[in-house]
Amino acid sequence: MTVNQWYSVRSNRKVAEETYALRFSAPELAETIKPGQFLNVRVTKEHDPLLRRPYSISNIYGDECEIVYAVEGRGTNILSRMDETSEIGVIGPLGNPFGMEKDYGTAVIMAGGIGVAPFPILTTALKEMGKNTVTLVGARNGTRLFTDGLADPIVATDDGSAGYHGNVLDCFKAQVDLSSLDNPRIFACGPTPMLHAIQQYALETGIQCELSLETEMACGMGICQGCPIESKSAPRKYSLVCTDGPCFEADDIVFHQHTHA
Amino acid sequence: MNTAFHSKSLHLKNRVLVASGTFGYGNEVARFTDLSKIGGIVTKSVSWKPRIGNAPMRIAETPSGMLNSIGLANVGIEEFTAEKLPYLRNVDSQIIVNIAASTIDEYIQILERLEDEEGIAAYEINVSCPNVKEGGLNFGTRCEMTGEITRELRKRTDRFLIIKLTPNVTHIADFAKTCQDEGADSVSLINTLVGMAVNIKTRRPVLSTITGGFSGPAIKPVALAKVYEAAKAVKIPIIGIGGIMSWKDAIEFLLVGASAIQVGTANFLDPDAAAKIAEGMAAYCEEEGIEDIQELVGALKVHETQSAPGFVPVKA
Repeated sequence: MTVNQWYSVRSNRKVAEETYALRFSAPELAETIKPGQFLNVRVTKEHDPLLRRPYSISNIYGDECEIVYAVEGRGTNILSRMDETSEIGVIGPLGNPFGMEKDYGTAVIMAGGIGVAPFPILTTALKEMGKNTVTLVGARNGTRLFTDGLADPIVATDDGSAGYHGNVLDCFKAQVDLSSLDNPRIFACGPTPMLHAIQQYALETGIQCELSLETEMACGMGICQGCPIESKSAPRKYSLVCTDGPCFEADDIVFHQHTHA
Repeated sequence: MNTAFHSKSLHLKNRVLVASGTFGYGNEVARFTDLSKIGGIVTKSVSWKPRIGNAPMRIAETPSGMLNSIGLANVGIEEFTAEKLPYLRNVDSQIIVNIAASTIDEYIQILERLEDEEGIAAYEINVSCPNVKEGGLNFGTRCEMTGEITRELRKRTDRFLIIKLTPNVTHIADFAKTCQDEGADSVSLINTLVGMAVNIKTRRPVLSTITGGFSGPAIKPVALAKVYEAAKAVKIPIIGIGGIMSWKDAIEFLLVGASAIQVGTANFLDPDAAAKIAEGMAAYCEEEGIEDIQELVGALKVHETQSAPGFVPVKA
């Protein structure tokens, strides 16, 4: 079922530099939400900041749902100061889940920065399906790495302070023998330039690839039309990240350099 | 206690509508709210041909508000009548179709096409569109063009005709009066204000179209003043729009002269907002012992020594 209600925060702990994991109890959500779907969250009952913010579901612990977020703007600043006395307004689950049921052998997870958020719950689901996984996690530096709930993550950092010195895609090329992977499918989430690079790599190599996009979003329900992404399958040039995504097949999406914020 | 609205052919069970472009075509929102609790649903603007809309970024958050530059992305009249209208007809609420066009002929063409369709309670005309024959100037910022659209559409329909006014003019009362004189049954106001957001890091405008439409609770004071001004100039019912988030906001609009209201940006925060506002207004009337909500329309108490600076009386 889809919920639209306020929940008490159960816990909100710092899990890496500028990175937090917030849990709230919502059995009806925990039962139904799937990896790759998101929640559109109000961080205040006042009107400033006005809009909801979309967060991927990160994990489920019994009745509790967890979102993992990086402190970047006003909304995440407010979230980071929340404790057990706080409430968040949640609409969800929204959007489409990852294509876990597609025909592939090995799942290759590529996470950049806070793009790691949807992967703990995906890892759990893939494990239940008996899929092999290869997981790569990138961050600006070692203190910002978050790898809870991932299976044997290979890490990469921009400054080389932990793991491979460089980005996730280069790390994958350097450290994973592609020919050893059985019919791989990439699941990627992270900054747009990273997704763009992974898309190009997937198209060149012919590897199946799915991208979880993030964009400015207002309603999350397809009514405001505020989150367009150029897409080959869209009848009128644009798909909506909220209702057509946020997970898209890589070959469906058209990125433009100037849209990289 | 009566909360209904009746004017000519338009009958709404309560005074709450949802604003065009903030509620899709109704079907997207049905799982989040009881559509039958809403007095009327104003559809997303429909144009003759489908419109893909503007490139991203289309939205920006501002203090207590937001900017949008959607570009009237919509499915076009054929898909609207074939796929959206059948759903809307079965909704227990009144359907008001919002029409957008870039020439007067296109407004006429769309309206005439819709005249063949059942289940439409009213038209709302979006005149805040660029007029391609006038170099992109908005129809709604020139009184004579607003008047011409009203006149041409009035000739062609007996349905309830609402003209949606832009606030980006000096004296909105002149526009409301012109619409009344040309036969409009109602005016709705305000459409969004022109606004802008700037990213100082990239030195770029946030929106792809540089400027956009400003909405949300931040604009409510502007909207109240514009509705108040228009209400002084016309006898036709006014539909108040602008930053309404709660039933209290809605009552404020009634007091300054709106007969009904539209909920817009609030739908993005809570798709159940309009239904809640309608309930809240009814509960308020019960508590206050108000038998007919019409009693509140224009009931603002203004002392005879008070006057709003800058209000120019509209010529009769």
